[in-house]
Amino acid sequence: MNLSFFDQFMSPCLLGIPLIPLSMLFPALLLPAPNNRWITNRLSTLQLWLFHMITKQLMIPLNKNGHKWALLLTSLMVLLLMINLLGLLPYTFTPTTQLSMNMALAFPLWLATLLTGLRNQPSISLGHLLPEGTPTPLIPALILIETTSLLIRPLALGVRLTANLTAGHLLIQLISTATTTLLPIMPAISILTAMILFLLTILEVAVAMIQAYVFVLLLSLYLQENI
Amino acid sequence: GPLAERRLLAVRLGELPAWLATRQLSAQGLLGGARKAWSSYYNKYINVKRGGPAGISMLLAGYCLLSYAWSYQRLKCHRWRKYH
Repeated sequence: MNLSFFDQFMSPCLLGIPLIPLSMLFPALLLPAPNNRWITNRLSTLQLWLFHMITKQLMIPLNKNGHKWALLLTSLMVLLLMINLLGLLPYTFTPTTQLSMNMALAFPLWLATLLTGLRNQPSISLGHLLPEGTPTPLIPALILIETTSLLIRPLALGVRLTANLTAGHLLIQLISTATTTLLPIMPAISILTAMILFLLTILEVAVAMIQAYVFVLLLSLYLQENI
Repeated sequence: GPLAERRLLAVRLGELPAWLATRQLSAQGLLGGARKAWSSYYNKYINVKRGGPAGISMLLAGYCLLSYAWSYQRLKCHRWRKYH
């Protein structure tokens, strides 16, 4: 039983049931299924507008074959967005702070894009390993570098999301601890820290949305190269 | 009406065990009950013509409370820490 700042990242268990499955399934409640009415309620209208915007943004650069990935990429984006934003509520658990979950999302999807490229257009996919216009003596080194950067992509995708969210949550916990501890001792400094906490929370909301967007955007870019 | 046909909110506290005995406590019965509860909440607070933030906010507040209850065992120990 260690009461450290990293306790918030351990999934709490009640009667042996961890909270992770509930945290991952809860966004489904906030996204109502479309019904057959012409004018739906405000939540459905907002949701429809958001999905249209996301799908348009992701699908414009892709060709027709890439549009088959529309459902996967849009639903992934919405899942990450909801999970990240819900984690900012008090006492909630954020599944995307766990590296296992992010790697489980990043690795299969990256591998799918790679294998799609190698299967359908192998020469072009291998050709991406050498940028155009490289001077001849540099070619071997550059191929090694590009291969490394290709193979490190899933790791980067997973770790980027984990690290950003974990760092944000830790910072919030640290600064709020400082605020509450300083309140009886030096109220003026406590107010300053509270203002910093307010700004940090706004930053965390932005980071939550941006990280979800970056994850899916990078996946769509890897897809663009390979499809 | 008769006990077996009443909804949960219409059952008095003393009659609760008897009411529970009339319900189908199989997985399918529980799932059907959960679906009915969700759709009645959804149609009352969210699926209205001029809804506002209230419907979703109640849901999020309930989620926060549930998360607090889930992690209570761990949070209990933080009360007596020397350095917070």
